Amino acid sequence: MKNKVVILRTENLTKYYTSGYVFIKKVLGAENVSFSLEKGEVLSLVGESGSGKSTVANMILRLVKPTSGKIYLGDRDIYSYSETDYWRRVQVVFQDPYSTFNFFYPVDKPLMDCFDLIEGASLGNERYPKAERQKIIRTTLEKMGMNPDEILGRYPHQTSGGQMQRLLIARALIIGPDVLVADEPTSMTDASTRVAILNELVRLKKEKEMAVLFITHDVAQAYYISDKTAVMKGGRIVETGVPEKVFFDPEDPYTKSLIASVPKLHERWDFSE
Amino acid sequence: MKDETQAVLEVVDLKGYYRGTFGVVLGVDGVSVTIKKGEALGLAGESGCGKSTFAELITGTPLPGLHYEGGRVEVEGYDVWKLPPETLRKEVKCKHMSYVPQAALNSLNPIKRLKEFVADMLKERTGQRYSPDEAREMIANHFERLNLDKHVLDLYPHELSGGMKQRAVIAISTYANPSLLIVDEPTSSLDVSSQKDMVKMLIDIQREGIIKSMITVSHDLAMLRQLCDWIAIMYAGRFMELGKMDDVVSDPRHPYTKLLLSSLLPLEKWIKSQDLKSIPGRHPDMRYPPPGCRFHPRCPNCTDICKSEKPPIFEKDGRQISCWLCSEGF
Repeated sequence: MKNKVVILRTENLTKYYTSGYVFIKKVLGAENVSFSLEKGEVLSLVGESGSGKSTVANMILRLVKPTSGKIYLGDRDIYSYSETDYWRRVQVVFQDPYSTFNFFYPVDKPLMDCFDLIEGASLGNERYPKAERQKIIRTTLEKMGMNPDEILGRYPHQTSGGQMQRLLIARALIIGPDVLVADEPTSMTDASTRVAILNELVRLKKEKEMAVLFITHDVAQAYYISDKTAVMKGGRIVETGVPEKVFFDPEDPYTKSLIASVPKLHERWDFSE
Repeated sequence: MKDETQAVLEVVDLKGYYRGTFGVVLGVDGVSVTIKKGEALGLAGESGCGKSTFAELITGTPLPGLHYEGGRVEVEGYDVWKLPPETLRKEVKCKHMSYVPQAALNSLNPIKRLKEFVADMLKERTGQRYSPDEAREMIANHFERLNLDKHVLDLYPHELSGGMKQRAVIAISTYANPSLLIVDEPTSSLDVSSQKDMVKMLIDIQREGIIKSMITVSHDLAMLRQLCDWIAIMYAGRFMELGKMDDVVSDPRHPYTKLLLSSLLPLEKWIKSQDLKSIPGRHPDMRYPPPGCRFHPRCPNCTDICKSEKPPIFEKDGRQISCWLCSEGF
C-alpha cells in the first residue's frame, strides 16, 4: 500500500466574527472544523453560501486568524512559518481573479515575480535570470494549452476571467507548492472552459503530487474532481467521506436535500403535490 | 374571439449592435422566433453570445450603447420598435410584457419598504395614488398565490435574502398579468436550494395562468430543462439550433449543441470515469465575426462551404438548425 503523508491538518478550527467594542456582536464563521489533507489528494468543501467554506480557506491562508483551534502544515503550526516560507508551500486561486491581478501591470508581472518565492531565487541571481524565467513561463503556458504570444504582455482588462484563472493556476504550477487552495476557481467561466480548468487541476495533482483544497457550491464539480468530500452547513462539517458515498448514498438529511435540489438534464422535477 | 394559438411574441430578423469608440459589436444579428401562447422558451449559450442583448431588444428600451438596427418585434400585436417610447412604457410594459433583468435583486430601492415600492409602481401603471398600506392590500393576494409570505412587503430590501428578493421582484413584475415574461439569469446568483424555489415559483406562475408565455435566458442548461419546453441555442448573435427541449437535449444535431451538451457536468456516476472535453478555442470577437458560419473556426466537422457562406435555417417539424451538415435533411 502507498504510504500516505498528511500535509495539512486542521484541529477544531473555530472562528467567530465580532463587531463592536462595548456591545460585542458575534457571528459564527466556522465551528469545530477538523480535516486532514494528504499529498496528491483533492478534498472538496461543498456547501451553500454562508456555510463557512471561504472562512476555512481564509484561515488556512492566514488571512483570518482562528478564534480557537490549530492548523498544521506538515508537522508545524502554520503561524510558525515565515511569510515567504509559507507562501512557498501554500498557494491560492481566488474566486474573483480580477481582484488578484494588479491592473497597472501586464499579466506577466505576477508570473515573473513568483520566482522569488522559490528557494534561493532572487531577481538577477544565477539560478533564475530574466531570460530563464521567461522561458519557464512560456513552456508552462504552452503545457496548459494557452498561447503565450497571445496572452503575455496583455493587461488584466484585456483578458477574460477564465484566462486569468488559468494564469493563476500556471503561477501555482511554477512555484510548485505543497497545498493549493482553490476557492471556486471556475466561478468566472463558461461551461465550455470549466472542464478545462478542472482537468488542469487534476493534472497538477497527479504530476506534482500537490494537495488541493477545492471549495465549491457546485456538487457535480466536487464529485468530478475530488478524492474526499466534506459537506458544510452553518459553519460545521455535517458529512465527510468518499464522493461516491456522500453524493450518491448520503446519510445526513441536509446532504440529501442538497443533492435533491441539483437540476438534472435528463430528468424533470415534479412539483405537482 | 381570439385565436388560442395566437403568437404572443413575433420576432423577425432582429438586429442590434453595440456602437462606441471600440467599434461596432454585432450583438444580435438576424434572429427570428415566434412564441405561441403557453410556450416557454429557454435561451442558452456561452457568455458574450448575445442572449441578454436579445432579451433587452425585445423590451424596446435597451441600455445605452446598444442600438436597434432593424427587424420587427411584435408583442401581442404591438410593434415595440414603432411605438412612441411613452406609449410603450405605459401601455405595453407590465401589462403585456415584463422584463426582469440580470441581478434583479439590485433593482429594489434600498431606502424604501417593498410596499412603498409597490405603491410607486401602481401609481405609474394606473395613474392613481395609493398609500403604501393600500398597495400592500392590493398585492398581498398575488403574493399569497405565489406562496410568498406577505410580511415581506413590510420589510426593507436589505432584510431579505438574495433568493427572496429575486422572487419578490418577479412577483411584483407579474402583478398586472403580463402575457410575456422575460427573465434574465434568474438563478445565477442563487444557491442550489433557492434555485429550486425559484424554478418552482416560475413554474407556478405559468400554471396559475398569470402569464401566457415566458422567455428565460440562462447559461445553465440543466435549469432551463426544468423550466422550458422550447430551447434556442445561441452562438455569436445567431440561433444555431431551436427546437423542443426534449428533442434537442436527447438528440442534438448542430455540432455546437453537441459540444455544449458534452461539456456540461451533470451529477452522474459516469462522469468520473469519462474524459470530459471542453470546446476548443474561444468565442469570436464580435467586432470582427468570422465569415460564413460563425462557428466554423471551432467546429470539428468544418467543410469548405462553411468557411465562405452563411448557412440558411433548415426547418423540419418546428425544429430549426442553421448548419450546412443538415442541408440534406435531418
